[in-house]
Amino acid sequence: MTAAPDHAPTMTRASLFHRLGQAAPVLLVPILILAGFLAIGAPSSWLTLTVSGLAMGMMIFVMASGLTLVFGLMDVINFGHGAFISLGAFVGISVLLALSGWTEAPSLVLNLAAILLAIAAAMVLTGAVGWGFERVIVRPVYGAHLKQILVTVGGLIVVEQLIHVIWGPDEIFLNRPETLQGAITFAGAALEKYRILAVALGLAIFLAMRLVLRRTKIGLIVRAGVQNGQMVESLGYRLRLVFIGVFVAGSALAGLGGVMWGLYQGVITAGMGERMMILVFIVVIIGGLGSVEGAFIGALLVGLMQNYIAFLEPKLALVSNIGLMTAILMWRPQGMMPVVKAK
Amino acid sequence: MLVTLLSGDKPRSAILTVLLLGVLICLAGAPFLFPGVRSLETAATICIFILLVASYDLLLGYTGIVSFAHTMFFGLGAYGVALSATHLGRGWGALVVGSLSGAIAAALLALVIGLFSLRVRAIFFAMITLAVASAVAVLVSQLFNITGGEDGLTYRIPRELTPAFRMGELFGVRLNGRILNYYLVFICCFLLFLFLLRVVNSPFGRVLQAIRENDFRAEAIGYRVVWYRTAATCLSAAIAALAGSLYAIWLRYVGPDTTLSFEIMLDILLMVVIGGMGTMYGAVLGAVIFVLAQNYLQALMGVAASATEGVPILPLFLDPNRWLLWLGLLFILSVYFFPTGIVGRLRAGR
Repeated sequence: MTAAPDHAPTMTRASLFHRLGQAAPVLLVPILILAGFLAIGAPSSWLTLTVSGLAMGMMIFVMASGLTLVFGLMDVINFGHGAFISLGAFVGISVLLALSGWTEAPSLVLNLAAILLAIAAAMVLTGAVGWGFERVIVRPVYGAHLKQILVTVGGLIVVEQLIHVIWGPDEIFLNRPETLQGAITFAGAALEKYRILAVALGLAIFLAMRLVLRRTKIGLIVRAGVQNGQMVESLGYRLRLVFIGVFVAGSALAGLGGVMWGLYQGVITAGMGERMMILVFIVVIIGGLGSVEGAFIGALLVGLMQNYIAFLEPKLALVSNIGLMTAILMWRPQGMMPVVKAK
Repeated sequence: MLVTLLSGDKPRSAILTVLLLGVLICLAGAPFLFPGVRSLETAATICIFILLVASYDLLLGYTGIVSFAHTMFFGLGAYGVALSATHLGRGWGALVVGSLSGAIAAALLALVIGLFSLRVRAIFFAMITLAVASAVAVLVSQLFNITGGEDGLTYRIPRELTPAFRMGELFGVRLNGRILNYYLVFICCFLLFLFLLRVVNSPFGRVLQAIRENDFRAEAIGYRVVWYRTAATCLSAAIAALAGSLYAIWLRYVGPDTTLSFEIMLDILLMVVIGGMGTMYGAVLGAVIFVLAQNYLQALMGVAASATEGVPILPLFLDPNRWLLWLGLLFILSVYFFPTGIVGRLRAGR
């Protein structure tokens, strides 16, 4: 009897083409920035636009991240997400207006403290409202997409109208805190201070989120739940609780995004959330529903695209994002980084 | 004969039959039963919205896909008529050309959107239509040298359809072109409604319902789900565009607020849900109840707001501008508690 032949499996590296395919979404951002540079020509205005595009992308990501996770985890599509954006903006700005003594003082520490307090208030309140929203509006319609869409649209209208009732029908204008007004000049380009802060804040949130999702137990459960919820539940984890936590966190992040967006625009209206939702939907679709990294890249692409096109051809700004979405869906119908669902 | 006309889809409830007959008689005789400019205006709006809501129901109720672009198609039809009436001059030809080109454009746009989004997941469709519809609305207000921007367009329609055209008197009502215009709207809406009834009761309509109930199984039986969904979207878009054309002919004005706004989309959703998803007759009842409520209840809310002036918070909620708040609440409650709508209730209680 002869011995069985030696079993010596070898691991070959994935081919270059395959690896490029995997990294392609990440590469799209620098490619778009480069294309913007070539199209615009003037380096100083290009730098200004790139920073504001990144700032906008970061803010959109903050708003979109909750939505995409909520969908991935429980297959719940929440059209009412925009309501939390508006609500967060109104709460945060109210706090800032109440703390006008702090925001008008020419001290960076006091200004930042006021903004942090406003953000904290907005996040706590939108988180709480999100919890109520999940219990009252979303819970009865699990598993029925059609009803989910209808009911959450209803919820969006009700919250928006309640904002009108509480804060009045007019838009609210506000000034940015003293030390965050104006711009710094870098390499001949004017960079608004607030936009740099927004980029930093957005990046910090993305990194923190990634850390939580990749390095902690709860993040592991969330990621596993997105891939195969039934399996996680049968291992004894109460996915419902995790889901409520994610929903609340997602709502709070939407509120944070609302505050940041309100400060960015300098004006807030009850309908702002509804308008932002259009960009948010584009972002989660091109990113791949359920994927946080996909949403991050998608948000950067949308923000950059919007700013470049608004500079080159102002009327096409929103249409260009539809074009971007169309192009990406032609390339990858499930979005750039589709979540692989175990069946 | 009558059953053939209704494509075999009988109301299946005595109360429903009476209600539908009542609506039909009231609308058919509106200029004589309720003389007056305002009531004629209401009747024409009801006719057009019945058609618009019925075409939306083909999508939402029968095929089970949510679209937020229905007002976009509605607006395409309306702007088609407005643009051709502006550029081709006053005449019947301009109206026909405008309506047809609007309907064809709507169907083509629906085809593109449908192929892109329905290919992957039906829920993509809801998000993508929302994005596209808002982009179109922004575009319409930005391209003001073509569309008139926020101000919209006013144009001239054939003289026979305007109040200046007089034809004598009947039953004490002065016949003028406005009444003729009303009957044009009424007859077109009636015929198109019968056509929709025919569609949903055809084999094609049965397949749509099968897809709504279980798309996986429908695919397994051998029906190309994507194809059927896209076809339903195109058909529904074309009919919505025709409804928009009729609205444009009736109003002699087109603007973003009357045709493209998101609020009209919400109104349509509410009408479908209140009337009953998946029944064409629900569209009739939903549209009638809703348009009447909108025209007359808002005034009532103003009265209630001023009556409760002394009470602290209540007037804020009763302000006529907060009309949408109550709509939203009604909407949520009806999705929860009356998912089958009025028609479903009436049929079940037979």
